[in-house]
Amino acid sequence: MSVEAAHDAHGHHPVQYHQFEDMEQQNETYIVGMWSFLVTEIMFFGGLFLAYSIFRMNNQAIFTEAGHRYLEVDKGAFNTVVLLTSSLSMAMCVYYAQKADRVKQLLCLGFTLLCSFVFLGVKAMEWSKEFAEHHLPGANFAYVSDAHLSTAKAQIFFCLYFAMTGLHAIHVIVGILLMVVLGVLIAARRPGVKYYMPVEMFGLYWHFVDIVWIFLFPLFYLIPGKR
Amino acid sequence: MSAEAIPPGIVLERESASRPNYLNWSHSVKDWLLTTDHKRIAILYLVSITIMFGLGGIAAMAIRAELTSPHGHLMESDTYNKMFTMHGVVMIFFFLVPSIPATLGNFLLPLMLGARDLAFPRLNLLSWYLFTLGGVIALGAMICGGVDTGWTFYTPYSSIYSNSNVAVTLVGLFIAGFSSIVTGINFIATIHKMRAPGLTWTRLPLFIWAHYATSIIIVLGTPVVAVTLGLVLVERTLHIGIFDPAIGGDPILFQHMFWFYSHPAVYIMILPAMGVINEVLACFCRKRIFGYTFVCGSTLAIAVFGFMVWGHHMFVTGQSLYTGMIFSALSFIVAVPSAIKVFNWTATIYKGEVWFSAPMIYCLGFIGLFTIGGLTGLYCSSLSVDVHINMTYFVVAHFHYVMVGGATLGYLAGLHFWWPKMTGRMYPEGWAKVAAGLAFVGFNLTFFPQFILGYLGMPRRYHYYPAEFQIWHVLSTAGSSVLALGYAIPLVYFLWSLKYGEKAGPNPWGAAGLEWTVASPPTQFNFDELPVVTWEAYNYDVPHENAIVDHSKNVLPDAEGASHSAH
Ligand code: HEM
Ligand SMILES: [Cu+2]
Repeated sequence: MSVEAAHDAHGHHPVQYHQFEDMEQQNETYIVGMWSFLVTEIMFFGGLFLAYSIFRMNNQAIFTEAGHRYLEVDKGAFNTVVLLTSSLSMAMCVYYAQKADRVKQLLCLGFTLLCSFVFLGVKAMEWSKEFAEHHLPGANFAYVSDAHLSTAKAQIFFCLYFAMTGLHAIHVIVGILLMVVLGVLIAARRPGVKYYMPVEMFGLYWHFVDIVWIFLFPLFYLIPGKR
Repeated sequence: MSAEAIPPGIVLERESASRPNYLNWSHSVKDWLLTTDHKRIAILYLVSITIMFGLGGIAAMAIRAELTSPHGHLMESDTYNKMFTMHGVVMIFFFLVPSIPATLGNFLLPLMLGARDLAFPRLNLLSWYLFTLGGVIALGAMICGGVDTGWTFYTPYSSIYSNSNVAVTLVGLFIAGFSSIVTGINFIATIHKMRAPGLTWTRLPLFIWAHYATSIIIVLGTPVVAVTLGLVLVERTLHIGIFDPAIGGDPILFQHMFWFYSHPAVYIMILPAMGVINEVLACFCRKRIFGYTFVCGSTLAIAVFGFMVWGHHMFVTGQSLYTGMIFSALSFIVAVPSAIKVFNWTATIYKGEVWFSAPMIYCLGFIGLFTIGGLTGLYCSSLSVDVHINMTYFVVAHFHYVMVGGATLGYLAGLHFWWPKMTGRMYPEGWAKVAAGLAFVGFNLTFFPQFILGYLGMPRRYHYYPAEFQIWHVLSTAGSSVLALGYAIPLVYFLWSLKYGEKAGPNPWGAAGLEWTVASPPTQFNFDELPVVTWEAYNYDVPHENAIVDHSKNVLPDAEGASHSAH
C-alpha cells in the first residue's frame, strides 16, 4: 500500500500525512521540527559569533577602526530597515495565509521578495567596494590604518566579515528560492499551500535570517572601541 | 501495578504471519531506495554502517599488525598515519555516531512511542542519503589519496601542512554532519509530538529518553563542528582563515570549537548505548529499572554537563592553569551521572530473575567495561596525572573502553535483543553467547595492555617504539584478533538466521514495551490501531505474552502469559 493510498483509506484532510493522527498533531509537530532546525542554525552561526567575539576582545582597536572606517554604516542601517520591513510583510503574509486570503498573501510575499533583492543589491555594492579596496583576504590583501595601528589582525576582521555576512547572504538566497517556489505554488492554487503551514514555517525561517542580521549589523558596523 | 492490569498486550496480531510485513510487501529496489518507512531506512543504515565498521576494522587490524614490531616493518610512516586517521574517522563519524540512533533508534522510536512513523519520514530518507554521500566522499578521499591528520584534524596540520585530500574529506564530514542533524531534529519532533495517548514523559522507556538527550546534543553540537570544519575548508581552499597563525589567526581556537562538539559527541555515542542497556537489563532481570527517575535525570544531566567539559582535552595546549582547573572539576562532575547509571543498573540486577541470554551477556560486559572506561576518564581529568598520560596509549585505552567496550557492546546487545523484532527470526543463541564471550575476552586482551603501555609512556600515533614495549603490543594485537573473531561470528549467524533462523513471534523474550505488541517483523504502518497506554514502563510484575523460544532453562512463566492471550 502506498502512502497516498493510506491517506485515502483513512479519509484524512488532503494534506495530512499518514504518520499523523490529525491536523493538529501534524501542525504542532511541524512547529517543533522547525524550531529545532532554527536551534541548529543558531548554533551554526554561533560558532562564527564566538570566533568574532574572541578576536574582537583581543584586538579592539584594529577591529573598531576597520569597522568604522571601511564599512559603510549608512548602507548597513538602510539594509537593517529593509530586512525589518520584510519581516513585517512576512508576518502579514502568514496572517493572510491563515485567513486563506490568496491575493493579499501573494502581495505580501512579493513585497518580502522585493526587500530581499534590495538587501542583496546593497550588500553586493558594499562587497564590491571592499573588493576594490583590496580588503578581500588573501594574497592581494592590503590595509591602511589611520591611527598607525598594527594591521596584522585587520585581515582576520575581513575574513570574519566576509564569512559571516556571506553565510547570511547564502541564507537570504535560500530564502529567495523558497519564496519563489512558495509563490508559484500559491499562484497555481496547489492544495499543499492552501494550508497555511508551509508559509508559517517559511515565516519562521525568514525571521531568523532577519534576526541574524540584527546581530551582525551592530557587531561589525557599530560597537565603539575602548575610549 | 495489580495483576489485573492489562499488560501492553493490546491485540496481538497472531494472524499476522500471513500478512505482508515491512520487509516483504514489495521487493523492488526502487521501493527500498525511495522508501520513507523508518524501518526500511533503519535497515539501509544498518547495511551502510556495517560496511563502514568493516572498513574501519580493516584499518585497525593493519595498525595492530604494524605494531607487533618495534621497527614498523609493514608500512611507511606515512601509510601508518593514513591508517590510523582512516580508522578514527570511519569509526567515529561513520560508525559510532550513527550506529544506535540511526539503526535501532530509527527502527524503534515509532514502535516504542506507538506511532506509524517518525515525524518527518522524507527527511529521514534524506539523512541516509546525506550519510551515504558524505561517506563515499570522505572514504574516496581517504582511500584514494590518504589523510594523515588524525581524526581530530588539528590546525595547522590540517590547514597548512598536509595534502589536499583533507579538503575533500572535510566536505564528506560536513555532509555527514547534516545527516546527523536531520536525524536529531526528526527524533526531537517525534518524541515531543508523536507519543501515543497515555504515554506520558514519565512512562517513556529509557531508550527514548536516551535518544531524546542524544538528539539535543546533536542539534546543539553538530552545527558547531560543521562550521569549524567549514572554516578549515575555506582556509585550505582559499588560503584565508582565522586559524592560520601566519595571518594572526588562532589554531587553539580550532581545538576549542572542535572539542565543543567532540566531547559532547562522545555522549552522542554512549547515551544511546546506555538506553539499550536499560531495556535489555529490565527484560532479562524481569524488573523495573531501579530508580527510573534518577536514570532519566542523569541522562539529561549528561546532555547538559557534557557541554561544559571540552577543555579537558586541552590541558596541555596552553590553556591557562585556572581554566584547566575549572575544566578538571567539571569533568569530575560529569562522571557523576554516569556513575548513577551504573549504580542503578547494578541495583536492577540485584535480586532480579537474571536470565543469561546473549543480549544480557553483552549488557553485563558493557557495565563492567564502561565502568573501567569512565573511571580512567577521571584519571585523565586530573590535571597533574593528565600531564603524564596525555597523548599516550592510556588515553587510547580509556576511550576504547568507553567506545568499544561500552558503545559497541551496547550496540551489539541491542542488535541481538531486537533482531527478532527486526527480522522475525531468532539467531542461534549458543553461537551468540560464544561471540559475546569472545568479544569480551578479546576486548580486554586488546586494550588492557594499552593502559600499561600508556602508563609506561608509549605515545599514541607512533609506530616505532623501544623494544621493551613489544610484549604489550603483541598481546594487544593477539587480543584484537580474538575481538575481530567475536565481531565476525555475529555477522555470519545474523545473515544465516535471515533464512534459517527459527520464527520469532511477536514477543520472544516476553518483554514489556509497545514494540513487542506488534508482529515481528512489523507491518508497514506498525499499528493497526494506535495503542492507548495505561501502564508504566517496564511493568514486569505482570506477565507478558511471551517466550515461544526455549533456548534456555530460564524460559519465562508461560502459563500465566497464556491466560492473557485473550486480550
Ligand atoms: C565518565 C566520564 C568521562 C570523563 C571524565 C572523560 C575524560 C576524558 C579526558 C580528560 C580525556 C582527555 C585525555 C587526554 O587527551 O589527555 C578523554 C579523552 C577521550 N575520551 Fe573520555 N571521558 C569520559 C567518558 C568518555 C566517553 C563516554 C567516551 C566515548 C564514548 C569518551 C571518549 C573519549 C575519547 C574519544 C577521547 C580521546 C580523544 C582524542 O584525543 O582523540 N570519554 N576523556
Ligand atoms: Cu572529553
